[in-house]
Amino acid sequence: MTGYEDWSALVITLQLALISTAILLLLGTPFAWWLARSEWRYKFLLEAIVALPLVLPPTVLGFYLLVTFSPSGPIGQWTVASGIGSLAFTFSGLVAGSVIYSLPFVVQPLQDAFRTIGPRPMEVAATLRASPLDRFLTIAIPLARPGFITAIVLGFAHTLGEFGVVLMIGGNIPGETRVISIAIYDHVEMMEYQEAHWLSGGLLMLCFLMLTLVYWINRTFRIMLK
Amino acid sequence: MTIRIQFQVDRGDFHLDVDVDVQQRGITAVFGPSGCGKTTLLRAIAGLDRYSNGFLQIGDQVWQSDTKFVPPHRRALGYVFQESSLFPHLTVIRNLEYGYSRVPEDKQKIDMDTAVELLEIGGILHRFPVNLSGGEQQRVAIARAILSSPTLLLMDEPLGSLDLPRKLEILPFIDALHRELGIPVIYVSHDRDEVARLADNMLLMSNGQMVAIGKVNAMLTRIDLPLIHGDQAESVINAVVSGHDPEYQLTSLDSSAGRISVTGNKLPVNTSVRLRILARDVSLTLARQKDTSILNIFPATVDGIVPEGNAQVTVRLLVNDTPLLARITRKSADNLELRPGMRVYAQTKSVALLA
Repeated sequence: MTGYEDWSALVITLQLALISTAILLLLGTPFAWWLARSEWRYKFLLEAIVALPLVLPPTVLGFYLLVTFSPSGPIGQWTVASGIGSLAFTFSGLVAGSVIYSLPFVVQPLQDAFRTIGPRPMEVAATLRASPLDRFLTIAIPLARPGFITAIVLGFAHTLGEFGVVLMIGGNIPGETRVISIAIYDHVEMMEYQEAHWLSGGLLMLCFLMLTLVYWINRTFRIMLK
Repeated sequence: MTIRIQFQVDRGDFHLDVDVDVQQRGITAVFGPSGCGKTTLLRAIAGLDRYSNGFLQIGDQVWQSDTKFVPPHRRALGYVFQESSLFPHLTVIRNLEYGYSRVPEDKQKIDMDTAVELLEIGGILHRFPVNLSGGEQQRVAIARAILSSPTLLLMDEPLGSLDLPRKLEILPFIDALHRELGIPVIYVSHDRDEVARLADNMLLMSNGQMVAIGKVNAMLTRIDLPLIHGDQAESVINAVVSGHDPEYQLTSLDSSAGRISVTGNKLPVNTSVRLRILARDVSLTLARQKDTSILNIFPATVDGIVPEGNAQVTVRLLVNDTPLLARITRKSADNLELRPGMRVYAQTKSVALLA
């Protein structure tokens, strides 16, 4: 059976996924809106950067983050000087890493959803006296609902399964940076297959349920719209 | 209300050059072939597209000048798009409320019941747009636009996506907008029939340029405009129902061209109607024919003659200052020795009641 350390790893994993998803939504929504609307000629550069975590080995990403966060790294120097201390091997560092690691899983569905809406509904709302922020909140966001649900679930689930980045920048500090995927790895290393089964099976079921929910909700929404 | 519109747009291979004061009463049709800049003009008036070289004044309100650009959501306008533009995530009633609730209460000129009744959408208020027919969607879109209490209603080919029966179903509603609510309408269309039925004024456009503007019938019968050419050359005459002949099932109407008889007797006396007389249905005689089957014969003066191809001419006539077109063969024109100033009789074979 699973012990205290496994439960604590589960709690940390869920906290990490929740906080990262929330931050990603806050930053990703305006960014995705801008990407969907902007006609800036070098926009493709930003789109390529957003997509990088999709193809890059997580260890590469983790390595660069570790270097950046270290007291002599660009961000590390600043965080140490301002009294925050180095982000490496802390929960905050994990959150920062997850946000970058899961960025495409949130930004891309939102960008697609906003692009699918097209300019027309926003123009209609403008002729009906809605200010830009008003029409963004009352028209763009509700119409992009499938994109939001996909973004939330993918961002959350992808952070749940994070391994390489955590290993590089989080270390494996129980109760602080030890997440489920690493706990599973440790159990397997120690031939504790029983515990590894419990955690793996649980994670599998959770991700499957969330994805099922997304596809079901989005299917219902599409039927309503078309 | 006067609308002052000035736009000089140079956008790659497209130019828009319009400089006009519209004495806006009733419906002004912006008419021209596809791609001539009608929609561009309408979007510029709405502020949906921003062009730096423009001046726009509606009544006493300046919406755009060199130093000022009022964003669309601060302009008291209504806009009806060509395709259905209802918000798919809102029911009909919530679509209607969207604009209505954003107008300050002391500026709401039209209430929900009036709009719902006028466009006959009371039975579909709780449906989602996806469950409406094309005609119903467009009626809701029109109701939604007028519920934002516009001082000016802009319509961009609102019937363009509908088939003919649906069009004919909606035309009376648009006609009712300015008659019953007094909202001036700028109506973009490339459908001549729609314009002849609906519009009071016509702004004719070609290649991004304004060609001419004036009353619809004056425009349709102007010798110097292309509208006078082609098979559809026509005159439009406003008339009022003055009586019925129950025995022969005829309705008589009073118009500026005199008394006119049409078949049918459904319309009540004093109804205002619009009549269309195709130029090809009008023939000319020098003396009034007594023994003829033609009912409507107008004494007229020849005002001008323009060739139509090689074999035909179009004769512009004036019947008590009301212009009327006749399409006859060039041979007949020569045989009758027609020339401006001559007195003739115009025999009209067919008069159509519009709307």
